[in-house]
Amino acid sequence: MTHSLIERAAEGTPPGIAQKLRGLSDRSIAWIFVAPTIFLLLAVNIFPLIWTVYLSFTDYRVNRPNRDIEWVGLANYERILGDAGIWSTMQATAHFLLWTLVLQVLIGFTLAYLINKKFRGNDMWTTIIVLPMMLSPAVVGNFWTFLYQPQIGLFNYAVGFVTGKDPASFSMIGDVSLAPWAIIIADTWMWTPFVMLICLAGLRSIPDSIYEAAECDRASKWRQFWTITLPLVLPFLMLAILFRGIENFKMFDLVVQLTGGGPGNVTTLSSIDLKREAFEKWRTGYSSAYGVILFVTVFGLASIYVKALNKVKER
Amino acid sequence: MSYSITEPTARVKWLAGGLVVAYALITLVPLLWIIATGFKSGADSIAYPPKVLFEPSLEGYVNLFTDRTRATPEMLEAAGPPQNWVEQVARDQGQVIAGPSRFGERFLNSVIIGFGSTALCMILGTAAAYAFSRFRVPLKDDLMFFILSTRMMPPIAVAIPIFLMFRQLGLSDTHLGMILLYTAVNLSLSVWLLKGFIDEIPVEYEEAALIDGYTRFQAFYKVVLPQAATGIASTAIFCLIFAWNEYAFAVLLTSGNAQTAPPFIPTIIGVGGKDWPAVAAGATLFLLPVMVFTILLRKHLLRGITFGALRK
Amino acid sequence: MTKRHLVSVAASALIVGSFATSAAAEDLTLCWAAWDPANALIELSKDFEAQSGHKMKFEFVPWTSFADRMLNELNSKGQLCDLMIGDSQWIGGGAENGHYVKLNDFFDANGITMDDFIPATVTGYAEWPKGTPNYYALPAFGDVVGWTYRKDWFENPEIQAAFKEKHGRDLGVPATLEELRDIAQFFQGREIDGKTVYGAAIYTERGSEGITMGATNALYNYGFLYENPEKPYDLAGFVNSPEAAKGLELYKEIYDTATPPGASNWYMSENIDAYKSGQVAMQMNFAFIWPGVEADANVGGGKSGYFPNPAGPAGQFAQLGGQGISVVAYSTKQDAALDYIKWFAQPEVQSKWWALGGYSALKAVVEDPGFAASQPYAQTFLDSMAIVKDFWAEPAYADLLLAMQNRLHNYVVAGDGTAQEALDGLVEDWTEVFEDEGKL
Repeated sequence: MTHSLIERAAEGTPPGIAQKLRGLSDRSIAWIFVAPTIFLLLAVNIFPLIWTVYLSFTDYRVNRPNRDIEWVGLANYERILGDAGIWSTMQATAHFLLWTLVLQVLIGFTLAYLINKKFRGNDMWTTIIVLPMMLSPAVVGNFWTFLYQPQIGLFNYAVGFVTGKDPASFSMIGDVSLAPWAIIIADTWMWTPFVMLICLAGLRSIPDSIYEAAECDRASKWRQFWTITLPLVLPFLMLAILFRGIENFKMFDLVVQLTGGGPGNVTTLSSIDLKREAFEKWRTGYSSAYGVILFVTVFGLASIYVKALNKVKER
Repeated sequence: MSYSITEPTARVKWLAGGLVVAYALITLVPLLWIIATGFKSGADSIAYPPKVLFEPSLEGYVNLFTDRTRATPEMLEAAGPPQNWVEQVARDQGQVIAGPSRFGERFLNSVIIGFGSTALCMILGTAAAYAFSRFRVPLKDDLMFFILSTRMMPPIAVAIPIFLMFRQLGLSDTHLGMILLYTAVNLSLSVWLLKGFIDEIPVEYEEAALIDGYTRFQAFYKVVLPQAATGIASTAIFCLIFAWNEYAFAVLLTSGNAQTAPPFIPTIIGVGGKDWPAVAAGATLFLLPVMVFTILLRKHLLRGITFGALRK
Repeated sequence: MTKRHLVSVAASALIVGSFATSAAAEDLTLCWAAWDPANALIELSKDFEAQSGHKMKFEFVPWTSFADRMLNELNSKGQLCDLMIGDSQWIGGGAENGHYVKLNDFFDANGITMDDFIPATVTGYAEWPKGTPNYYALPAFGDVVGWTYRKDWFENPEIQAAFKEKHGRDLGVPATLEELRDIAQFFQGREIDGKTVYGAAIYTERGSEGITMGATNALYNYGFLYENPEKPYDLAGFVNSPEAAKGLELYKEIYDTATPPGASNWYMSENIDAYKSGQVAMQMNFAFIWPGVEADANVGGGKSGYFPNPAGPAGQFAQLGGQGISVVAYSTKQDAALDYIKWFAQPEVQSKWWALGGYSALKAVVEDPGFAASQPYAQTFLDSMAIVKDFWAEPAYADLLLAMQNRLHNYVVAGDGTAQEALDGLVEDWTEVFEDEGKL
């Protein structure tokens, strides 16, 4: 045995050296294992974040390299919070967030529930359903503009076929009242599978024995669903909501390709507005403040949510 | 034949299967439309009303991989007869090939950056997740939340500082820069998911290994890693999907050298207007690697995701 | 001696002769938008590569993200591009922020004079400040908004008769924007060859510059002015005059009553698609598409005609497009880049440029007696270039453009408020920008 020599040596030496001979101490291993991750996150996430916070107190503009940078205090924040336009983008974001979550959770959970009935070929169909989320959101957004085109796109013809409406009688992207739904439909098409997968994982983690016990107690299927299935899947569902919520709060690529934020500003979500300020108007200081406000909003909502999630887990 | 009271009845299975298949078919339609558009001619792709049946054409694929110029009669004369079928396809559109397009490069960039960052993310993520799972790391819960919170920043908001920083460090528009960036973005998801998987592995296995004289490190890669393979595979899928498809950073931070395919594909311009067949062909080819990867790992995907992420 | 050897000797003689300025062969990167003319430029540049020994690389970015990406590049002093064919509105920022090399001395040393180029392109693409002889670019690609129409439909006797019955005049190329509106409305919803067709495809794009580049064609002709001609940056009463509001109302009327359903976010390529697939009788688009229309299997070969933007009560103007070619100040290969411009400015090269579908801005090319007849659209191009107006070219042009995109799209497409309110709002936005800039 190759270790025995070291083992014997270790027995005869004080603990500190023994650990060295055996390899690294637990603490240094923990350090070595965590440090690269923390370092990378500090360098690529936190450092830029701090820089952003600093810039948010200045009037710096990247496209005016020759101008002095002035400290403006909270002026950027005041300007943003007093801007009605920004509140309307927040509303658009909230509408998008709410409905994509509702639809994706409902459809995703239903699908997972059905797939968990273990019919023949459920594996294959699951893989097929998962395909849309593997596409690039930018490409999806781009292609949905094509599908939504009343004259040459498929979507209007399909709706027309089902409802008997003239395909050219409505425009998903052009109509002020339909455009918010156009982006919700495209996002739901793409990301429902994600929610479904997480729910499926949750459903499969429930041991059969619990149902068997319920069956012995003669609990109805309905009752089993409400008292066993749902509570046990809930933490998974909440995790799915957390991930989708964070992603859709930041939503940019799909919508920018799909509607460009129009008509007017109806689908101008916060990230799209932010991109205009930061990379088109180049108001770096102002847009940094904007970014910080968005970050604080998500961070705050997520903190509360994670607390709730932990409570659910502990139950 | 064993019978379990929890096994759904045949009728329930039929019903469930029918509904799932119906959804799958509907959800496939846009995807099939994209794939079909790749095989249409330019005129058929924008046909009004849309064409469901069409004569297949390789125009899209040829246009995807070439840059072409509209040919004047003199140019056609000078160029002589077409050398191969690729040139023939271009000539049929009244064009001559000016050279290869950038699609090949963009695709290769995506492969390098997508798989590179996924690999790095798995290495760092597994190590960090193991440490969080097994050791008493100070402020563990706060650090975990901190890691998650890095995913909450809208990419646009940090893009300017990252842009300036990368330029200082010479990482701007490089593969390494993008790999590091995507790794950092994905670490949150991977640490969270992987920690759950590792929590599931009984500590007793490692303790046994340690007693056998393995070092901590040996125990990690000889005992824990094989056990966590499923979780690593399913986490890798999600990291790859993100890195492969990411758009906002790619469009803002890369240009000539390290640009990936997502900012490139939607904007493929043919001779006179947007080249829909080429866009669709690009989208189809771009989907293939992730699709293959996912189908290969589908068992893990379905068994795995988030298993223990929720159990402390 | 082999033939190839002979050629290379001849080529090196040429290099020594005309390109003595640069010593080494360089890899030059030229940045431009990804569009039809860019493909032609690749082809054209092969001659330069053969003559100079320099290798050309190209970085083409699609229009909708062209400004973001390239201004990002310039603002961060990037060295990706040695040559930049930047949009006309960037010239102010390019000059004031030092992104572009000033070319006056180079022009003088090499006998290039701006008098040889179409005046509107010199003002539009090369000068900053406007109207002064300070040049930061060489006009590279002349472009202007004009109209394409289905000649085959316009000449169809049945359609002609129906039009005459309805409007009491012959169906033909419209002389005024109101006539254009009538024609578009006439075609809207009509059955032609068993398909429902629509009036016109116009610019309505939200994300970059589309709706501005479109609506200005109506605004200018109804009396919209960017500022008081007597007093710079004096906006009120010029931007938002009641006449200008009339022009915007007309644009909205065309959008509401004479464009295909769903044409709410359309720019160059969507308009091309709609026109080529036979959905519309007319399309508004930049002149660069005309060679493509002529060559198209469905609508080319004589089925299409071209006309300049029709007049309005305040005159006849058209939105300028097009770009000049500049040397990027951060490039380390400026000598080689100047070689390229020197080569590009030669009349033979410019004339080949036109033959390949590039709109040369050189007078020697466009004033050639054979020019007008060389292509069906050549005369329309000349007529249009004579009536151009351009958007602001201030360093803050992007802010000004974004405000205009917002106000116009809100009114025209989303139907929010009135034309007067939209333009009043625009005055507010622009005033704020100029105050920020310290110009007011």
